[in-house]
Amino acid sequence: MRYSAFKIFTQGLTGNKGWKPVWREPDPKPEYEVVIIGGGGHGLSTAYYLAKEYGITNVAVLEKGWLGSGNIGRNTTIIRSNYMLPGNEPFYEFSMKLWENLEQDFNYNAMISQRSILNLVHSDAQRDAFIRRGNAMFLAGADAEYADADQLRRELPFLDFDNARFPIKGGLYQRRGGTVRHDAVAWGYARGADSRGVDIIQNCEVTGFDIQNGTCRGVETSRGPIRAKKIAVCVAGSSGRVMAKAGMRLPIESHVLQAFVSEGLKPVLPGVITFGAGHFYVSQSDKGGLVFGGDIDGYNTYAQRGNLPVVEDVAEGGMAIMPIIGRARLLRSWGGVMDMSMDGSPFIDKTHIGGLYFNGGWCYGGFKATPASGFCYAHLLARDTPHPVATEMRLDRFRRGHLIDEKGQGNQPNLH
Amino acid sequence: MIINHPLLGPRDAAEFVYLGDASLIDRPDWQDKNADEKFYEYGYLRENPAGKHQELWYHEQGDRSWLVLTRDTLTHEITKVEMARDVARARGRSK
Amino acid sequence: MTQPNRIEGGQVDRSKEVKFTFNGKNMRGYAGDTLASALLANGQRLVGRSFKYHRPRGILTCGSEEPNALVQLRSGAHQEPNTRATVTELFDGLTATSQNHRGSLEHDLMAVTDLLAPFLSAGFYYKTFMWPKAFWEKLYEPMIRKSAGLGSLSMQDDPDSYDKGFLHCDLLVIGAGPAGLSAALAAGRSGARVILADEDFTPGGRLNAETLEIDGMGGADWAAQALAELAAMDNVRVMTRTTVYGAYDHGIYGALERCTDHLASSDGKPRQILWRIYSKRAVLAAGSTERPIAFGNNDRPGIMLAGAVRAYVNRFGVTPGQQVAVFTNNDDGWRTAADLAAKGVEVTNIIDTRDAPAVCDVPGARHIRNAAVMDTVGRKGLKSVTLTSGQVIPADCLAVSGGWNPNVHLTCHQRGRPEWRDDISAFVPGRDLPVGMAVAGAANGAMTLAAALTEGRDVANAQIKDLGFTASRKTAPKAEDEPRDCAPMWHVGESKNRAWVDQQNDVTVKDIKQSYREGFRSVEHLKRYTTLGMATDQGKTANIPALAIMAECTGKSIPETGTTIFRPPYTPIPLGALGGRARGKDFRPYRLTPSHDWASKNGATFVEVGNWLRAQWYARPGEQGWRDSVDREVVMTRNSVGICDVTTLGKIDIQGKDAADFLNVVYANAFGKLPVGKVRYGLMLREDGICYDDGTTARMGENHFVMTTTTANAVLVFRRMEFVRQCLCPDMDVHLISTTDGWAQFAVAGPNARNLLRKVVDEDHDISNEAFPFMACGEVTVCGGTPARLFRISFSGELAYEIAVPARYGNAMIEVLMKAGEEFDAVPYGTEALGVMRIEKGHAAGNELNGQTTALNLGLGGMVSAKKDCIGKTLAQRPEMNRDDAIRLVGFRPVDRSLKLIAGSHFINQDEEAVMANDQGWMTSVAYSPSLGHSIGLGFIKSGHERMGEIVRAVSPIHDTEMDVEIVSAHFIDPEGERLRA
Repeated sequence: MRYSAFKIFTQGLTGNKGWKPVWREPDPKPEYEVVIIGGGGHGLSTAYYLAKEYGITNVAVLEKGWLGSGNIGRNTTIIRSNYMLPGNEPFYEFSMKLWENLEQDFNYNAMISQRSILNLVHSDAQRDAFIRRGNAMFLAGADAEYADADQLRRELPFLDFDNARFPIKGGLYQRRGGTVRHDAVAWGYARGADSRGVDIIQNCEVTGFDIQNGTCRGVETSRGPIRAKKIAVCVAGSSGRVMAKAGMRLPIESHVLQAFVSEGLKPVLPGVITFGAGHFYVSQSDKGGLVFGGDIDGYNTYAQRGNLPVVEDVAEGGMAIMPIIGRARLLRSWGGVMDMSMDGSPFIDKTHIGGLYFNGGWCYGGFKATPASGFCYAHLLARDTPHPVATEMRLDRFRRGHLIDEKGQGNQPNLH
Repeated sequence: MIINHPLLGPRDAAEFVYLGDASLIDRPDWQDKNADEKFYEYGYLRENPAGKHQELWYHEQGDRSWLVLTRDTLTHEITKVEMARDVARARGRSK
Repeated sequence: MTQPNRIEGGQVDRSKEVKFTFNGKNMRGYAGDTLASALLANGQRLVGRSFKYHRPRGILTCGSEEPNALVQLRSGAHQEPNTRATVTELFDGLTATSQNHRGSLEHDLMAVTDLLAPFLSAGFYYKTFMWPKAFWEKLYEPMIRKSAGLGSLSMQDDPDSYDKGFLHCDLLVIGAGPAGLSAALAAGRSGARVILADEDFTPGGRLNAETLEIDGMGGADWAAQALAELAAMDNVRVMTRTTVYGAYDHGIYGALERCTDHLASSDGKPRQILWRIYSKRAVLAAGSTERPIAFGNNDRPGIMLAGAVRAYVNRFGVTPGQQVAVFTNNDDGWRTAADLAAKGVEVTNIIDTRDAPAVCDVPGARHIRNAAVMDTVGRKGLKSVTLTSGQVIPADCLAVSGGWNPNVHLTCHQRGRPEWRDDISAFVPGRDLPVGMAVAGAANGAMTLAAALTEGRDVANAQIKDLGFTASRKTAPKAEDEPRDCAPMWHVGESKNRAWVDQQNDVTVKDIKQSYREGFRSVEHLKRYTTLGMATDQGKTANIPALAIMAECTGKSIPETGTTIFRPPYTPIPLGALGGRARGKDFRPYRLTPSHDWASKNGATFVEVGNWLRAQWYARPGEQGWRDSVDREVVMTRNSVGICDVTTLGKIDIQGKDAADFLNVVYANAFGKLPVGKVRYGLMLREDGICYDDGTTARMGENHFVMTTTTANAVLVFRRMEFVRQCLCPDMDVHLISTTDGWAQFAVAGPNARNLLRKVVDEDHDISNEAFPFMACGEVTVCGGTPARLFRISFSGELAYEIAVPARYGNAMIEVLMKAGEEFDAVPYGTEALGVMRIEKGHAAGNELNGQTTALNLGLGGMVSAKKDCIGKTLAQRPEMNRDDAIRLVGFRPVDRSLKLIAGSHFINQDEEAVMANDQGWMTSVAYSPSLGHSIGLGFIKSGHERMGEIVRAVSPIHDTEMDVEIVSAHFIDPEGERLRA
């Protein structure tokens, strides 16, 4: 069913009773060409691009819960391509371009809103590093703009310019950055994949891999065994747990990132703003809630909840740069489990086990990567060679000494 | 969270800094013939279990002890707290 | 007539009349009223507009679960959006305005959206607004955003202050209703340290709203007596106006105490206090929440929950209507009818969905069995209700009861799942409770008064027995078990018109059915697709009915369909309270250097360096800008002598027989053979082989070293060294102390440095070049016996020393140094001049040691000793980190010397396109060199060491500029190092 204003009109006249399910609820077949484990954003976009771009439709997406219940269902919705390193920036800019055409592409309004993202600068060294980054963005074909304090004072008069502990000295803008209605991305990809013949199987948990002589031939699931030529794991947050079933250790730790939303407010913030001297980033949703977050709690965990020190630290950061939000109220907080990798950058790669592929390690930055991650993973699955913008996202890069460490924090995941 | 420090009793986890898996104690020998591979695994690969996890915490806002906690990553229950130095010695580290 | 709906009785203080305004209209109430009860007393039924359809809305509840009666409270910078009238204590001078309407509350222009409702059903926006593409950002989205949100922020800084505090107890009792009071009494009598917290300003919970008796007295009176007993116990702390909002790990609870929200002004006191409560055990006695029944137009002002209606009558002496009908599926609804009738309020009809005899006798009321309300009339206030039989009943208030849901919220905060109980048709706490928590009373499904009282006592006794206390023998208070039969009905199927489930977000029964039809069938999909339960009330009255309606669609049972899981906070918490005092200049503490006072008196401009404030430059009269000052400081230092406070560098005292061996592990270069009395530059790697930090380490004695680290890494390096000491080398005889704050340290640099120091250092210490050469160190005395340490080290490239004295002499020391330096024209210099001089010398600093660069990149590859192990040694040897074309640190100067280099520009070879594939490296640090008279820079470029003299492009597209630069040695000044050895 193609969605349009006309469709809404005709449905409205007939009591909205003619809408059809957005996806089927198929039973798993015994065998597929590709089985994707994980019906989150990346898994669904992988299925979508496999079908649409590479013509591979004999595909199942296995999801242990409800589709979209991965981190696509619990993030702070920011999209941006303001990275610095050659291993990252072209990939994220590719993702940004996919975002910019996504809605027409999958005929679903995910409310992609290029409202801008601004990283505030509080020291000269930070300014130098952001200029380096902004220039790298230009070299990769993205946009960037450096704003000085006077410009920011005109544009964002509600920031604390006069009484700040760490004065705002400027900021790096990416005007094309912004926010997206995150759940709609999952639904749009699911709908697009489903309509092309992909089986999306919810409530189907993978319990083991069928590995014989170094080759993976299928998976055991809570709904029986399923065979496939290629098995594509895509379960960021649970990567450690799932890959352990294949006997693999990963350069990843699982950590919780808390996120927060305030009660709905009339428009306050024009775009996404991040604090450069504390842990706080914020945007305002189309419904009016301030959506914000900060640092990860910092300890290994698979529990989707965090603790008070970080809650308070994040609020302190918010009050430090915009004390106008003091009388806004925190409505809900939640926690998502992150694949924190050893250099802060992800993996889209084959494993040493034949037929078994791995996509993960997205840290807290996976949402913005959703389109490119799916596209590049689909490319890898279809062609068995990395997509040109994802050539460095390899599992063996640490053995070789090729680090993609944007923040320069080294092999300690909770610092990225 | 509350960490029951072996010397100081229960302390708020906010006084501590987290490092990671207690396998970081088991630093390989640089002269081992497989030192490259062993250091790669030491530096980069983690069990990352969903369940009991032995891990290193540092009492930075306290007595500067490094501790090894046994903590469940699903429930956050802490079942054991040891001085890291004792653990290191028990694992054969010396000078 | 004022307060037309005020009736006799209740707990308000009629001797204290309170004036307030609503939408500018003057109204009166009494102390003890909530804003909601006062509005009802004044006959104000219409209070707000709903989120999506701008439907006129009134007051549904009497508590924090309220979805409709949200107002903007107070004015100016104190304006507080989305405030629930139902929990706002009335105070004299209160001002409130309604939200989310264009034009007046009565005539909201946006109400037109209600007419378009057929085209705005669940998720409509996902299916449209996509064409033409550009219109989304330019037209559709701005339109949606403008209509989003309910209340507004004032856009002024929050003028109030907030405190934070910590509390400890044996038993935390959450909720001071019958179960909570009973629990607190039992635990308190045993001697345990108890905290009893309740969100209301009058504890007692439903006892204040009911006419039930305990131990032969009125429930409210019993509650007051229980509180008096608790207040008299030293081991019990009763906290009213305090919401326990979250259950966190290991018995830690978050609580918010509202200290001045019930007053006209905070008067300088903290508005609220955010508590962290550390409990050994907890009893959750949070009571239950009544649920509505969905039927056509069930959202009209005047349609309220039955329990709320009788709370307004019993507690506040206010009747929500003059002609009340009751619609119930359970026995409890009858109590509303009976209580109202007893207070002389006209109850016309009791519409019971059950085909059962009357529960009690209600004078004047007609009992209609086996019936339901299907529709209502009265857009801005209820006029009549229509039954499924077609019968129309006039009413200005309809009291609806669909049964009660236990408040399980806090049991879910650690991902616990509630369980369904068929006998009460509700979810109760599951087995996986937060550690240490037990649940009692209605929150646990004990839905009657007697059961709640008994369970409260029993659960508290079990909890404290676990902690070793002996429970008191007192029996639980006596009360009746009131009738509580309930026949679940979630919505009236016969209704043709829209029936609201989530009133604030305007989610109707039809939306839920459409959600099912479109495949959004799991609870999470339902929530996300329809926005059900996402409003400021978090679906406290909506979630369970919605789940039941979805279960009806799927044909599964409610528990099979799913459970809802609640996240903190229980009720919304102001961000100001979560931030506490950490705002403005108090966001983080300041660390000040020992010469701070002196520097502020001598024209210093300060800069934030981590938590430190350091002098950036010292302006002199007549200087036109910072560059003038910095250039002068550099020139005068290089020509004579300059002084800089370098106390912020990390200082670590290392002692023990194995100290030298220990340094060999943490530093890449060797320290074993460093003679006593000498200093060595040290390079530290991370275990992954990347450079971590650098500094100097002085050997003060055979087993005694003094290390310096960079300012930024002082804490981190110390932490890592303790890791090595305790975890990797546990038997080494070595001890570490951070002495960063113990010593004030000053760099004295320039050709006259020695001459100056000779006047300060006591004469028996020979500091001649021969006796105290470059890289010497030693203990000395200054100013006639004051102990000091002297290091002959140089960051500036000049003849230079660093002199350290105990921190308490720091301010005196800068004065002595400056006084002694007068004859040499000594200048104090700040971090800018320090930076210029280190760039002139080609020393790496933070911009180069950025966590991404190796010793090889920095030109320090030779420092990594081949003869010993060190942290980072093995992994630094990985092939990709040792490529032939690895980036190298070199110097740069503009071909056109008049141009200013830009830090952060990237290098592109001549004749190559400026794209990422051609990126050769980047400029890390730049400065104007007053010594050379032009701009100079440091940067990393591929194979830089082999490209001296080559011209490359330094591009900065973000500035829309580029320039040709020449690759040169990073040592711009005195490359042979003659000056520092002079």
